[in-house]
Amino acid sequence: MAAKKERIQRVPMPEQDPDVRKRNFQEVPLGYSVEQAQAEASRCLQCRKPSCVEGCPVQVDIPGFINLITKGDFTGAIRNLWAKNALPAVCGRVCPQEIQCEGRCVVGKKDKPVAIGNLERFCADYERMHGSGELPPKEEPTGKKVAVVGSGPSGLTVAGDLILKGHSVTVLEAFHKPGGVLVYGIPEFRLPKDIVAHEVNFLERLGVEVRCNQVVGRTVSVDELFEEGYDAVYLGVGAGLPRFLNIPGENLVGILSANEYLTRANLMKAYKFPEVDTPIPRGTDVVVLGAGNVAMDSARTAMRMGAERVRIVYRRSREEMPARAAEIHHAEEEGIEFFLLTNPIRYIGDDNGRVKAMECLKMELGEPDESGRRRPVPIEGSEFILETDLVIVAVGSGANPLLTQTTSDMQLNKWGYIVADPETGKTTKKGVWAGGDIVTGAATVILAMGAGRKAADSIHKYLTWGW
Amino acid sequence: MFKIIKREEMAEGTVILNEIEAPLIAKKAKPGQFVILKAYEEGERIPLTMAETDPEKGTITIIYMVVGKSTAYFRDMKVGDSYQDIIGPLGKPTHIEKVGTVVCVGGGTGVAVLHPITRAMKEAGNHVICIIGARNKDLLILEDKMREASHDLRICTDDGSYGRKGFVTEELKDILESQKVDQAVAIGPVPMMKFVSRLTKEYGVPTLVSLNPIMVDGTGMCGGCRVTVGGETKFACVDGPEFDGHKVDYDELMMRLQAYVEEEKACYNDYCRLSEKG
Ligand SMILES: Cc1cc2nc3c(=O)[nH]c(=O)nc-3n(C[C@H](O)[C@H](O)[C@H](O)COP(=O)(O)OP(=O)(O)OC[C@H]3O[C@@H](n4cnc5c(N)ncnc54)[C@H](O)[C@@H]3O)c2cc1C
Ligand code: FES
Repeated sequence: MAAKKERIQRVPMPEQDPDVRKRNFQEVPLGYSVEQAQAEASRCLQCRKPSCVEGCPVQVDIPGFINLITKGDFTGAIRNLWAKNALPAVCGRVCPQEIQCEGRCVVGKKDKPVAIGNLERFCADYERMHGSGELPPKEEPTGKKVAVVGSGPSGLTVAGDLILKGHSVTVLEAFHKPGGVLVYGIPEFRLPKDIVAHEVNFLERLGVEVRCNQVVGRTVSVDELFEEGYDAVYLGVGAGLPRFLNIPGENLVGILSANEYLTRANLMKAYKFPEVDTPIPRGTDVVVLGAGNVAMDSARTAMRMGAERVRIVYRRSREEMPARAAEIHHAEEEGIEFFLLTNPIRYIGDDNGRVKAMECLKMELGEPDESGRRRPVPIEGSEFILETDLVIVAVGSGANPLLTQTTSDMQLNKWGYIVADPETGKTTKKGVWAGGDIVTGAATVILAMGAGRKAADSIHKYLTWGW
Repeated sequence: MFKIIKREEMAEGTVILNEIEAPLIAKKAKPGQFVILKAYEEGERIPLTMAETDPEKGTITIIYMVVGKSTAYFRDMKVGDSYQDIIGPLGKPTHIEKVGTVVCVGGGTGVAVLHPITRAMKEAGNHVICIIGARNKDLLILEDKMREASHDLRICTDDGSYGRKGFVTEELKDILESQKVDQAVAIGPVPMMKFVSRLTKEYGVPTLVSLNPIMVDGTGMCGGCRVTVGGETKFACVDGPEFDGHKVDYDELMMRLQAYVEEEKACYNDYCRLSEKG
């Protein structure tokens, strides 16, 4: 039996052809058919002590849902997923599976691992397209009110969990659309916005009230939320502060943070300009600084905006690139070039204050630094000029101080992130919980959701039993 | 949805006033703060500093010049129509304090933003002299309100059709020559703020300016609004919009404001063509 299973090859994900997709914004992977999903599901060995589950930050019952796929019980499979993960359609698309579940898969030791992410996505998509849309049962109203600040994955998880427990939940979002990074950061071709809208709509049908255009710290403060009668507040405001390199010339026209570039493209749909009103700079020779998911998304967006050439400039080497393997692979297929071990030291502008080039240094890898990665050190005399007409800076983000500065008695760490108990999400301020990127620094969707779930449990206990 | 309950045209229809229902913002807003408005789904997010707020009535007032497609669309909205999204109040409020004599200088629609600040300066016990300017008499806005908000109002027009012929800086220089001024506030087109600041610097008078760079979110998450102040990069939406006028790099600000001129022109022309067709 087991021998037969090993012979089946991992079912490849059907995808749009790279030469076509690099000029459109439609989703790249097309999804498994029922037959493909069942064939892939049959590769799972159904391990008694599944290491994939240990690799999952929220411990999804992976063999369980995969077994239900092989049986053709897709409703059962999605229920099984939902028990641990509120947003499987999102996670199936954006989790770094290769270092989580799939990285631990036993099949992967000799062969390619079971495509757990693709199967998760299949279940969620199948449910969205063919499911009954039936709402899960809700507990009796408790009369308690919870405010969730921020509508990213962590906030949405908290809202979903607590509404089912019978509490009244209001989500306050600064932007005019809910979804956090899922709507303003991650592009349409990787995570269609309809999916995020579907998830938010599901919560609204359950009774969650989503209020947009509410900048907590400006429109209303956390302390005022308590005065308004909320019994508990969850802060899931993300890590929304763009980092720049702080080198000369960075304020030239044509140098944007990835946050700005992607917000224009995704949230404001500027790739459709002039059909929509928000413009976005179009470069012919684009440089993206950084090599994480944000950098890959920016580079691939620039390619779709019609660039002739897009280069990722990164000061370390390929091994240290933090992006998901799939993103790097997709970017390369689409013709994105990698300029590794290269560090910009200044930007050069033309007479109109527009960027036209960057001066860079070549780097080499030295001794490991505090992150355990080998530290890039400049090679003396290696300066060279790299021409470009659009630079997107994707070198990380920090804690946005807007909310935290206006909230009394809440402890922050030295980088400005909120201090919260890792087990419960409790902050040092009574009645306030926090989780996701605003606690951990920029991380992943699944970690933000995991933190949301723990906090929701703790908030429920508090509302039932006290602090 | 944020309903328009009053609409006025000024300066020969080039400047529009909208009073809008936005109770949460009206309750919180202070002089110097701004909002971001988006009229409809595909619209752009446009930052505008509030000219007035009425917490009791739950309304805010904006006064803007029609310069591109978005503001042209705003102009075409009628009383009873609504903005889809308004976010605010954003930015830091003006620091108002009794310092002695304050000169408030306004140009163009900057006068609208200057009005609540002028009034607050007067209420704080300062002696307030105001200079407002425009290209000609018909383009001058809020003269009566500014007269009421200050102790002494001076008017300048480029063509001399009203008040003194010449730039606001000329009137300002005369004031600085003739009396002790403790603070200046300058709000208007970037070149005006630049030249006012250059002048007040010579006389050692601290000067506040309110900057209007291109913005997206208005909450410090994109960095699109960066300006250089005293050699440091600041985000105007959260660190400002008001800054020490003597330290701002105006030339950089002017270049950054030009980032999308081509796109804006094309978009505006399209809109005008379409609306002419009806
Ligand atoms: C371009 C990009 C690509 C990424 N790709 C991946 C990927 O492939 N896989 C992966 O796992 N992770 C990825 N990430 C990281 C992941 O998206 C984040 O870790 C995750 O979204 C964090 O969730 P969150 O709920 O903590 O915050 P966010 O998603 O950042 O949501 C926070 C929300 O709070 C709102 N907010 C902020 N301040 C206030 C306030 N004062 N008042 C009201 N609302 C406020 C914000 O507008 C936002 O909507 C990516 C991130 C980016 C930017
Ligand atoms: S407008 Fe985005 S940071 Fe200021």
